[in-house]
Amino acid sequence: MNLFNIIDEIQNVDPEFQERISPRRDAIKNMTGFGTKLAAAALPFAFSALFKKAYGQTTSSVNDVLNFALTLEYLEAYFYNQGLAQGALIPSADKGYFTTVAGHENAHVAFLKSVLGSNAVSSPTFDLTAKGAFADVLTNYNTYLAVAETFEDTGVRAYKGQAGNLLGNQIVLTAALQIHSVEARHASAIRYLRASKGATIKPWITGSATVYNDTGISAVNASYFGENNISQGGVDITSLNAVSGKTTYAAAVEAFDEPLDKASVLAIVSPFIVS
Amino acid sequence: MKTLGQESPLQQGMARRQFLRYAGTGAAMAAGVLTIASCSKDHSATVTNDHVDLGSGDIAILNYAYALEQLEAAFYIQVAASPYANQSTYEKSLFTDIRDHEVAHREFFKAALGTAAIEGLTPNFSTINFSDRTSVLAAAKAFEDLGVSAYNGAGYMIQKVDYLALAGKIVSVEARHAALIRNLISPGSFADSTAVDANGLDGAKSPKDVVPIANTFLSGKKILAPALGIY
Repeated sequence: MNLFNIIDEIQNVDPEFQERISPRRDAIKNMTGFGTKLAAAALPFAFSALFKKAYGQTTSSVNDVLNFALTLEYLEAYFYNQGLAQGALIPSADKGYFTTVAGHENAHVAFLKSVLGSNAVSSPTFDLTAKGAFADVLTNYNTYLAVAETFEDTGVRAYKGQAGNLLGNQIVLTAALQIHSVEARHASAIRYLRASKGATIKPWITGSATVYNDTGISAVNASYFGENNISQGGVDITSLNAVSGKTTYAAAVEAFDEPLDKASVLAIVSPFIVS
Repeated sequence: MKTLGQESPLQQGMARRQFLRYAGTGAAMAAGVLTIASCSKDHSATVTNDHVDLGSGDIAILNYAYALEQLEAAFYIQVAASPYANQSTYEKSLFTDIRDHEVAHREFFKAALGTAAIEGLTPNFSTINFSDRTSVLAAAKAFEDLGVSAYNGAGYMIQKVDYLALAGKIVSVEARHAALIRNLISPGSFADSTAVDANGLDGAKSPKDVVPIANTFLSGKKILAPALGIY
């Protein structure tokens, strides 16, 4: 393991890396003196320390985020692969939507696994009925669409909830944000499809003072808790000027998606995980 | 926070070279104004005679987002005020929603930035035919995809975790817009290969790439941000 080659490589993708690890290049000089005193076996730890200094994150905390994301992507990929494999589930007119979404989820799995390498967790075994809560998920298209919608909306919230753990990390945060917005595109498209089947649903999550779950499916309430928040960074969005009058409650809810913490997301997906 | 004086000698040299190249091609008067703006160590936004400076640090990123939201809001206000021919009730309601979201984003940044906020920009949408659905949807798609890429590409530059969280809350709504507009243009194109790469990753553009595009939609004062390397 050549630590200095690694620094060079990071420097290639993150030109400010050396600036991050120290206000001045002295850090590298310091590392040289430091490194000669270390046994080769200890180098990974030194590397880890360097990462922590650069981004305020340990490699293990970044891996935790990535493995959490990978687990969600495994579930989504399995869900769409299974859906497409059922001959009679998805109407042919809508197949293109699901082929696109499935392609991305499989790509996310492959991408995250390649980034994590040997640190990647393996796929759990899934039960798409969530212990019977969605018993006809693979035979009733409406149920399938409803579960797809909640998976995508939850995925958006899950990535959003992890962004802070990747603060300032050009490589990993940027990739996570790039996945996050793809999940949001999926969510919008699935909602658009549901609307085309007659469901009262918008491409964006709406709500009111009393309604946080706009899907009409109470079984997925946990995926939408808090989505009707209207206070952003200390600003009450309904106090802001709109084109006429003040911003409506619904617009204030729609204009900002809300994050969800890891524990809440895991509680939502746990019924789908057998082992 | 970093000011020009704290840049490495290499970066400083680069900045100065780019600056001189810019100044050399610009009018002599403009160069004088720019020198003042470039040397400013103040973190707040600076208004020059013919440019709006986004400032530096997190303020610059927030002003950058504010500038883009100003453009989007102005665009959708016009779309809603002068609907294209044969607009369906469904599309009208979608455009009204999007307009209200973008206005809320714009007003939010204005409120959050307070005195550090840049001034109101003057949009120029002369290349868009607002009476034609195809023209409006194409412009909307371009704005939304650009907005998503802009937030994705600037996220890592944000230093304060609360600001990153806010950017995250907004970018997914922009992505929802982008997908919807794309589906209105061509059903199923919400995240096709022109938007999402083979790894399943959406676009990420640096402010250096986004600002020149945004500037083509501004009449009068253009955006610059020396702190972000945009001259």
